[in-house]
Amino acid sequence: MSLAPFSRRSCDRASSLLPVLVIASETVDEIVAHARRDHPDEACGVVAGPVGLDRPQRFIPMVNAARSPTFYEFDSRDLLRLYREMDDRDEEPVIVYHSHTATQAYPSRTDVAYASEPGAHYVLVSTREPDTVEFRSYRIVDGTVTEEEVRVVAALDPSE
Amino acid sequence: MAIEVRIPTILRTYTGGEKAVSGDGGTLADVLVDVDSRHPGLRDRIVDEKGLRRFVNVYVNDEDVRFMGGLQTAVKDGDTVTVLPAVAGGAGEERAGGASTHVTAGG
Repeated sequence: MSLAPFSRRSCDRASSLLPVLVIASETVDEIVAHARRDHPDEACGVVAGPVGLDRPQRFIPMVNAARSPTFYEFDSRDLLRLYREMDDRDEEPVIVYHSHTATQAYPSRTDVAYASEPGAHYVLVSTREPDTVEFRSYRIVDGTVTEEEVRVVAALDPSE
Repeated sequence: MAIEVRIPTILRTYTGGEKAVSGDGGTLADVLVDVDSRHPGLRDRIVDEKGLRRFVNVYVNDEDVRFMGGLQTAVKDGDTVTVLPAVAGGAGEERAGGASTHVTAGG
């Protein structure tokens, strides 16, 4: 089934948003590299983009203040700085990503309980295997997880 | 003047979509009670019976109140209170691997 060229964000109502994450391959590589680097601790971060455009443009790796193989948390001061900066730049967190280092790339109960950005794509990477990586994306809204397609492109379309 | 309380996206259902509301009081606790009087239910998302909820961060100006006086942190006219849910999660205590269904990156 092919998708019409206007499929992406042409009607900006959550219920009719197609379940797809469009992401540049360079950004995928950056997220995976971060996850590998922090393994066996969970890695975490954000990819920010202009409010309302669903374009993950600016890769922002964060420090996992928990430094744990099973838990992540942004340091509260880093969090404030991040949100102030995004606000100054009219950005929002388009992707919130983290890695699982021994389990599958699927949101855990903990992930669902603390998902606080209903408009974000929650990207999960698993580094449990040394030679392969799992890279999956989900919407988490009101406690409900919906997996979505990950569409990797050479570069984000320059036109809106 | 009053105290500006900046509201994260996920709590704007309590404020009719407003990103910031105005509050009054001498401490953070007072301000939250005051704001809740006009936006019922908002305070319960920030505070529970033990105090500030673990995974909600609250700042007065640039400081995390956990490093100051917590709910008793003093506030004054012109201060900004910012509420930000923690960005947190993780695999938790689920046991690793084992499953025969090995899922690899799609596409």
